Amino acid sequence: MTTMTTDQLRATVRQALHAIVPDADVDTLDPGADLRDELGLDSLDFLAFVERLGETTGVRIEEDDYDRLDTLDACVGFLGARVA
Amino acid sequence: MPSLGADMDAGTVVEWLVKPGDAVHRGDVVAVVDTSKAAIEVECFADGTIQAILVPTGAEVPVGTVLATITTADAPAAAPEVPEPAPVASVPVASVPSARPEPVPAPAHPADHYVLSPLVRRLAHDLGVDADAVPGTGPGGRVTRTDVQAAARSATAPVPAVRLRVSPYARRLAAELGVDLARVTPRRSDGTILPIHAVDVRAAAAAAVPVPDARAARQAATRTAIAALMSRSKREVPHYYLSTTVDLGTGVTWLRERNRDLPVTKRLVPAALLLKATALAARKVPELNGFWVDDAFRPATSVHLGVAVAIHGGGLVAPAIHDADRLPLEDLMAALRDLVSRARGGRLRGSEMSDPTLTVTNLGDQGVEAVFGVIYPPQVALVGFGKVVDRPHAVGGLIGVRPVVTLTLSADHRATDGWTGARFLNTVERLLQHPEEL
Repeated sequence: MTTMTTDQLRATVRQALHAIVPDADVDTLDPGADLRDELGLDSLDFLAFVERLGETTGVRIEEDDYDRLDTLDACVGFLGARVA
Repeated sequence: MPSLGADMDAGTVVEWLVKPGDAVHRGDVVAVVDTSKAAIEVECFADGTIQAILVPTGAEVPVGTVLATITTADAPAAAPEVPEPAPVASVPVASVPSARPEPVPAPAHPADHYVLSPLVRRLAHDLGVDADAVPGTGPGGRVTRTDVQAAARSATAPVPAVRLRVSPYARRLAAELGVDLARVTPRRSDGTILPIHAVDVRAAAAAAVPVPDARAARQAATRTAIAALMSRSKREVPHYYLSTTVDLGTGVTWLRERNRDLPVTKRLVPAALLLKATALAARKVPELNGFWVDDAFRPATSVHLGVAVAIHGGGLVAPAIHDADRLPLEDLMAALRDLVSRARGGRLRGSEMSDPTLTVTNLGDQGVEAVFGVIYPPQVALVGFGKVVDRPHAVGGLIGVRPVVTLTLSADHRATDGWTGARFLNTVERLLQHPEEL
């Protein structure tokens, strides 16, 4: 797995969100906004999101990590430290 | 025309997926029917060949109208109108609209423009086609699946003309105010077009003559249908309410350990435990699993657990997971995810709408501890789950902190008394203490 840049990671996270909530405009999403509040994600949505991120980045996200993925920036930071 | 819910009087066939001469099998989706709330895929219940289509697309017909005839191998020109609901249900309850004392208000139908079926919209999205730009060849200018496919094929390169950038809040506001985003003029800064924000939407709403917004019309129709059903339930069903707080520590720990070893695609959420326990309890206390029809309780032979799903943008459906008591936990989880995804994408099937024998409403994700919901007639009970929260709890005579969840039961007092309802909740609680057996 090649290292992904921050921009690539950000795009990856946006794409994953778009797949889960197609009606939302993820491109203008504030990177510091709480994802669950802003996009109305429930536990099944979040699971699908985590699953999609895992598929695209190869990073397995544990349930204990969920709390750390509250904003777009937080997701990018979390993944950046783990993408091989 | 099947009854796809107790509140449904009539429906419109939006699309036929078969034509005379096609072979069909039981369970095949043969048509898409629009109710006021959603577009539902309707299955056929016989094996055979389509003989004749009797109701064209675009015509609104009452529940019970024969839509098509199917020739089966044994009987010539058998004319099974679409279901006596699900062979598994002991009683064809849902298709008896005459039992209702008051007529449900007719669903609002947009006069001049069609409502793009969520199914077709989704197909357009999947194919990368702008649904609103596809010329419709169906009745009233409806865009059909074939139209979308044709548009996808004829598109040369995916060329977004001007990519409309809209903030999530502006998008919601536009839907609420009935503003057509395509007509909102974005602001410019140094020649660059700025994303559309709420201020632009409000300006458009103030200035514009109201533009027909398909989504707003659909939402209004959905609200009307929900209002009618909930009012009827409260008028006719004498509800009683019970609640109990369940220690979910064992369940949560068991889930966590199990999930560590599972691939993410098979990960289980606490809701799966709650649903399975509820389904099993419905078997043990069958007085809560069935229908109140003609002044008597009719027990159901199967447990088809309705799951209340909130639709993004407003609205509520409660389709069934069939035979939820018999599904292994991981299959129940997969069924739940699939059902919720299809409910939101507008791809539910007729049998899922007509078959629930008992419904569950889970508002745990919304952060409330307890929900006392309104029963969906002719069912006789509604189970509520709240949020799993850490609370001080007595365990073995000592105070500890445990994850607990408040389970509630709204039940029809004509069918059961509190004693039975309490027995049911206690059964769910006991089952949740042994997650490995769920």
